[in-house]
Amino acid sequence: MAEKKLMKGNEALAEGAIRAGCRFFAGYPITPQNEIPEYMSWRLPQVGGAFVQAESEVSAINMVYGAGATGVRCMTSSSSPGMSLKQEGISYAAGADLPIFIGNVMRGGPGLGNIAGAQGDYWQATRGGGHGDYRCFVMAPNCVTELGNFPHKCFEVAFKYRLPSMVLADGILGQMMEPVEFKHPEIDPKTLTEPAWALGKCEGRDKRIVKSYDLKEGGVEIMVNERVQRYKAIEQSEVLYEEQMIEDADIVLVAYGISSRVCVAAMKQAREKGLKVGLLRPITLWPFPKARLIELSKRVKNFLVVEMSLGQMVEDVALAINGRANVHLHAKPGASVITADEVCKTMDKILKKEAKEYAAVK
Amino acid sequence: MQLLNKKPESLLDVKMHYCPGCGHGIIHRLVAEVMDELGIRGRTVGVAPVGCAVFADTYFNCDMIQGPHGRGPAEATGIKRAKPDTIVFSYQGDGDLASIGMAEIVHAAIRSENITVIFVNNAIYGMTGGQMAPTTLMGQKATTCVEGRNAKQAGYPIRMSEMLATIDGATYLERTTVHTAPGVVKTKMAIKKAFQNQIDGKGFSMVEILSMCPTNWGTRLDNPSEATKFVAEGMLPVFPLGVYKDACAADKK
Amino acid sequence: MYQGIRISGFGGQGVISAGVLLAQAGMMEGKEVSFFPAYGAEMRGGTANCSVVVASDQVSTPIVTAPDTAIVLNEPSLAKFEPMVKPGGLLIVNTSLVNSKPTRKDIKILNVPCNEIASELGNPKIMNMVAMGAFAAATGAITVDAIAKALPKVYKKLKPEVIELNVKALKRGAEFKIS
Repeated sequence: MAEKKLMKGNEALAEGAIRAGCRFFAGYPITPQNEIPEYMSWRLPQVGGAFVQAESEVSAINMVYGAGATGVRCMTSSSSPGMSLKQEGISYAAGADLPIFIGNVMRGGPGLGNIAGAQGDYWQATRGGGHGDYRCFVMAPNCVTELGNFPHKCFEVAFKYRLPSMVLADGILGQMMEPVEFKHPEIDPKTLTEPAWALGKCEGRDKRIVKSYDLKEGGVEIMVNERVQRYKAIEQSEVLYEEQMIEDADIVLVAYGISSRVCVAAMKQAREKGLKVGLLRPITLWPFPKARLIELSKRVKNFLVVEMSLGQMVEDVALAINGRANVHLHAKPGASVITADEVCKTMDKILKKEAKEYAAVK
Repeated sequence: MQLLNKKPESLLDVKMHYCPGCGHGIIHRLVAEVMDELGIRGRTVGVAPVGCAVFADTYFNCDMIQGPHGRGPAEATGIKRAKPDTIVFSYQGDGDLASIGMAEIVHAAIRSENITVIFVNNAIYGMTGGQMAPTTLMGQKATTCVEGRNAKQAGYPIRMSEMLATIDGATYLERTTVHTAPGVVKTKMAIKKAFQNQIDGKGFSMVEILSMCPTNWGTRLDNPSEATKFVAEGMLPVFPLGVYKDACAADKK
Repeated sequence: MYQGIRISGFGGQGVISAGVLLAQAGMMEGKEVSFFPAYGAEMRGGTANCSVVVASDQVSTPIVTAPDTAIVLNEPSLAKFEPMVKPGGLLIVNTSLVNSKPTRKDIKILNVPCNEIASELGNPKIMNMVAMGAFAAATGAITVDAIAKALPKVYKKLKPEVIELNVKALKRGAEFKIS
């Protein structure tokens, strides 16, 4: 095992991306993710990469759109308000099948909101966020080590299926320091084969075009349907989740990112009191662990979704469970922190049948 | 028999969609001839805009990318920084470059991004059907200013070359026109210089080209001289031709 | 074992680096640790504070809302963090700069004149280490030795003699006992 190093989440994400072969970064300052561009600005030149502080998030995502079209592993990052600005470029990247990588260190919203950690961009991340029919591969780390290691998987999936990929973190994970362990061998981009669509040198081959449009009648329908096949393959093969104490659970907590850690503490407290509580943590938010939830709902009667938002992921849980079990929600918007005690109180209410279900058994 | 003038290798032999009397076809050919003459086709990536020239990606015989409206200079930045040995040009219209993409073009110049920008100024939105552009002349009619542009409602036309000339990072800025034969020749020389600058690593170069849009100006399609007259009498006084900046990156501090 | 710590003071008192140091020391002792700074707007106006957790299990949240120990290095920090300390918890007060007296009866108080001791040792900058030494001795959550070993990892640019001075400050701080 490599020596553990104390690192900030944001820095681990940046270093993890470089270790995964990232050689281009463009971004714009916004709290609480500033350590990512700051780190990239000195680290990328060390490995022969390029860093640009763009004039806006709009420009940054389009620089990445350009860099991504050359087949180079590239990245941009931002926090919630900045991510809204990037949606145009993400839609184009999805439409042009470009495997770019994006980090979102979420903060409170809507609007300027605040700068504390929040989970209010779940819909934006998993529903596309920009215009048109598309998906992004979205991973939700819950510790600094995962922030350092998920870029590897994001690039792998992005290049395999040709779609934008995203790490959806939050201000708490981004700002906190924790021991980090980089688990993947470092990738030297020179060892990667250039994709068959990469722009650059057309000498001796036909020219290539990277574009997201087709104005012929039915053209975009064909483009999107081809993409849907890849999305189906991703839903088939790339779902990731983690379970704890699920076997005998009467209540299953469903939470991602920082909220899942609060749930681990709540679960342990509840188990000490004799309550049978388990945890399902989606690691990929899209594709969502739908099949596993369906399976669990045949046995488990109560699910409690815990998230730092007004309740966004709960819709995916309710959709998967589809009336086979009760779905409850413990949600806190505005970047307010959820404590284990609060989650325990909600579980007590559920067991005493005092809690109102988000979606009840049909 | 000797072939004296053939289609440049850098331009594909496909039917273009441009209207009769439009300047884009001429400008495409000039860019392609320059690519041929400089021998850079095999390592050039072109950025197509949103607007009438959106299909430029299918006309030029080099690698091409098409992206969001106005973001060409940002895309070009990403390509050039990721693959510094490529030659990158961004082809943009006036709505694309001087309106929605104002920030991108200004900051590409500020960074002295080593790219070439071909800016086609025809004082109107073409693709969307004749709306007012940031370069639309005072009093000029458009579908969003049917009585003609007036200052109270829509301000004044922007002179991009003059404005960008104030930026230290801009290396070469010239305004030319394609409404006359000598203008076409001069335009080609300017385009060639703008590409040569990039080859030499001199930084940001832009050629602003005044061009015709008979369809949306409402000038007669069967009489192209009406459109060229509009350039000569309407546009030239507002957008004077000339070199606005010519500094080698090496001279810049 | 779980120890949630909040450190607070003026910018420049070494609040953030002291927090990182505790986390580094805990990690080197094989414990689960986290560090979380107050950032952005919270940081403006000259005050700084951070959360540190040292525990045997994975840290559930790095933001310590009910600290086992609060270390207050200046006057405004006392007003902000005294009410947050867990009943039965510990409040370490830098009496060199905090004039008000803590009012709670359900927590332990440890008074340490950090600035005076640092000045005695010849470097006012090391006042934060006096507080860390007091913390280590009073709680046993981390040993003074571990903190001393972590010093060169966190303060990479410090000369050995300055590190040595910091260790002295740690040890002086460790001599203070809860009254």
